Amino acid sequence: MAENIVKDQSSGTALTKKDFSSDQMVRWCPGCGDYAILSAIQNAMPKLNRKKEDFVFVSGIGCAARFPYYMNTYGFHTIHGRAPAVSTGVKLANPDLSVWQVTGDGDALAIGGNHFIHVLRRNIDINILLFNNEIYGLTKGQFSPTSRTGLVTKSTPTGVIDRPFSAGELAVGANGTFFARTIDTNPKLMTDIFVESAQHVGTSLIEILQNCVIFNDKTHAAITSKETKDDFQLHLEHGKPMIFGKEKNKGIVLKGFKLEVVTLGENGVSEDDILVHDASDEDPTLHMMLIKMKPPHMPMALGIIRAVKAPTYDQQVQNQFEQVKASAKIKSMDELLSSGNIWTVE
Amino acid sequence: MSKKNGTVELDKVVIRFAGDSGDGMQLTGSQFTFTSALLGNDLATFPDFPAEIRAPQGTVEGVSGFQVQIGKIDIFTPGDQADVLVAMNPAALKSNIKWIKKGGNIIVDSDYFESRNIQKAGFESNPLEDGSMDDFNVIEAPITSLTKTALEGTELDNKSIVRCKNMFALGIMYWLFDRSMDQTISFLDAKFKKKPVLAEANKKALHAGYNYAITIEALPSAYNVPAAVIEKGTYRHISGNQATAWGLMAAAEKINKKLFYGSYPITPASDILHELSKYRNLGVIPLQAEDEIAAVCSAIGASYAGQLAATASSGPGIALKGEAIGLAIMAELPLVVIDVQRGGPSTGLPTKTEQADFNIAMFGRNSEAPCIVIAASTPANCFDFAFESARLSIEHMTPVMFLTDGYLANGSEPWKFPKMADLPEIKVPEAKMNPESFEPYLRDNEKLSRYWATPGTKGLEHRIGGLEKQDLTGNVSYDPANHENMVKLRAEKVDRVANYIPELEVIGEKSGDILLVGWGGTYGALLTATRELQAKGKKVALAHFNYLNPLPKNTEQVLGNYDKVLVCELNMGQFANYLRSTFPSLEFHQYNKVQGLPFTVTELKETIINYLK
Repeated sequence: MAENIVKDQSSGTALTKKDFSSDQMVRWCPGCGDYAILSAIQNAMPKLNRKKEDFVFVSGIGCAARFPYYMNTYGFHTIHGRAPAVSTGVKLANPDLSVWQVTGDGDALAIGGNHFIHVLRRNIDINILLFNNEIYGLTKGQFSPTSRTGLVTKSTPTGVIDRPFSAGELAVGANGTFFARTIDTNPKLMTDIFVESAQHVGTSLIEILQNCVIFNDKTHAAITSKETKDDFQLHLEHGKPMIFGKEKNKGIVLKGFKLEVVTLGENGVSEDDILVHDASDEDPTLHMMLIKMKPPHMPMALGIIRAVKAPTYDQQVQNQFEQVKASAKIKSMDELLSSGNIWTVE
Repeated sequence: MSKKNGTVELDKVVIRFAGDSGDGMQLTGSQFTFTSALLGNDLATFPDFPAEIRAPQGTVEGVSGFQVQIGKIDIFTPGDQADVLVAMNPAALKSNIKWIKKGGNIIVDSDYFESRNIQKAGFESNPLEDGSMDDFNVIEAPITSLTKTALEGTELDNKSIVRCKNMFALGIMYWLFDRSMDQTISFLDAKFKKKPVLAEANKKALHAGYNYAITIEALPSAYNVPAAVIEKGTYRHISGNQATAWGLMAAAEKINKKLFYGSYPITPASDILHELSKYRNLGVIPLQAEDEIAAVCSAIGASYAGQLAATASSGPGIALKGEAIGLAIMAELPLVVIDVQRGGPSTGLPTKTEQADFNIAMFGRNSEAPCIVIAASTPANCFDFAFESARLSIEHMTPVMFLTDGYLANGSEPWKFPKMADLPEIKVPEAKMNPESFEPYLRDNEKLSRYWATPGTKGLEHRIGGLEKQDLTGNVSYDPANHENMVKLRAEKVDRVANYIPELEVIGEKSGDILLVGWGGTYGALLTATRELQAKGKKVALAHFNYLNPLPKNTEQVLGNYDKVLVCELNMGQFANYLRSTFPSLEFHQYNKVQGLPFTVTELKETIINYLK
């Protein structure tokens, strides 16, 4: 949202993608979706018009968590599931930094589930890139909290019986203010969304549907394959009608309490009947319905699904600090030490 | 006011206030304490309250106590057994009678000694009538009904009137110990500034209690505990948790940084969070995190970003923080982890004290993960050692485990507080090098600590993390020889802290029959026992440790000079075992207690005398 741009600042020198590549060899598997995400981030960084030294990438554990080593910025590869807490500390300690957390579906939603919901709830001004490949990669192929029921993995030879949940629904449930979804096969969409997320003031959660070539290949095939992608991808844009399809003739309408796909021109349906996306609506009902859509009956919603304004935790910390400082009588430790009930022994 | 004839002068006296947890005993005890401090007594206090906030009224589980020892001599503990008990109901008598000296005075609120409350407390018959109190001088005072009479005609309802009974009891104690009521009167005026009716009622009850004590004849002679000879200076009263909080704040101010404090509520550490949360104006950033792990991890993030960072918990929370402390060791970042020890394992005894977290502080992490370990030994020196923890953590770029315990945390004592200028400098190892030559794991030659390069600093962008680092560059490395080298470097870095801490000092002769060894919160009891035995000509000395890892450089030399070394701890011998493995040529005896209670001076003296035989 353009009106939310407050944290941009000019460095005076133009940075390029190359400035953000570290000297470390990238060690993901050949064909891994992470390469495209890394490239899209490195493309997005110079567009944010900030000093390079102000970027911090924080990660937990997993394939995605190796990300900071490949960024020529400040980076901290921490422990499993805890990156939201570390990021929170970084941001509160120095609110001028642009903090990016990189995580996966296991790191964020299983071992780190508690921190994940609480960072969203607090709305601290950081950006979370959640690589969702619906599988554990680094531990070699166990199911994750987003794996689909029935999936055969190393730890579920007879199929997953856990019921999956979705990052977006969880984010809305946790009172999150920003949720976007993108996909590793669309570099331009990724870069655009990363740039916009950085401009959201508050916790930005970006779910990136990412392909694990080794353990869960083609899990997102329905929405990425050439044949079906146009019919199964709905690119949401704030203020624009929800139209999609190869022929740009399909749209989303609200019928009763449900979303439905309609075809423009059929049964008297015109563009005026199609829902117009409002990412800024505080009421998350429609956002939740959009998040829940998936093939084969509905397209998958991509783009910025929810972006609402709310006070950020870090800004409120700063406000309270200023308020207390203005009214407090005690201004130093020496004053504190000698305040209140003291007595002198002669 | 008239004073009874036959005032008895005492060197020291122990007083215990006990009642229902809603009876205001902590406040009553604190008032008596502060008045005594103003009078010039040396003193030490200890509150003893239940884990339940409001257990059923009148039951033993709901009894809240407050003990204070005042003296004209140096006081280092709240005392073993009390000379005077104020018991506001039968349950308070029941649960505290074992802490009263034979022949001691017990003042009870006789209004509560009727069948229902006697039964609730678990007495089979009325203890005031069945002869079970014959060893004590019991003063039956109808405190509640006299308070009601005194407050007749006020606007207050019955409930509010009854709540003033603690002031009546305090009035009795002020007369008994010849203390002025002035301090408490001004306290009440300030506390109830907006409710003058309550201020008046409480003052009335206080006076009524005082006058009652003058009048009745059952009271023994009044006591007088003259002012102690105390070092000149300006004092304040401070508890261990408050001192810990202030020590951290002082360290942050000293280095001109903010203090980030990530914490999750847990008894008995929560008061540190409450205290720090008051001082945003002094640069504290408090975060009540979603759990113990987030508390320590947020602190690690803040440390990485360049502020002084701390977290605190008690045993169960420290167990949860273990993995993250390992990260701080690997990332070589400053971090102060405070463990306010309580009885364990598991949830254990949340409100009771113990010293059984020595092992987890030393060894409670996966792999080779040494920390600096420091312990405070009095409520007030929690300030000094919290400050020292911050100093060592920052100067040596590694986490410090700072141990206090429930006894220190909630105990309090008069404190001759320092000026900021008197506190030692803290040298921040800022990375100030040329970006061309910057290496994140380049080390100081002497300390072996790396430098602190914080986000936002131009040209020093770098990556750190929990994976093994290549020496100097900090890049991820799986090289076997490098790993061993790094393990040794991290250990050596902690060992070299010994060059920057004071040597071990002994209280007493440099050699002799027996050396007592203690660490942390047992100092007051061990010191008192040592001094009392020394006064009787026994060749006893005390070596009390505040620096646990690394140990002071002269430790082996000091311990080797005595016939016997007796290590006294409130655990099963954790520090004794550590000394055994560190100094295999020395022999260590041990005295241990794990009852959730501090040592008594009496039991220590008996034990030592047995060893001297």
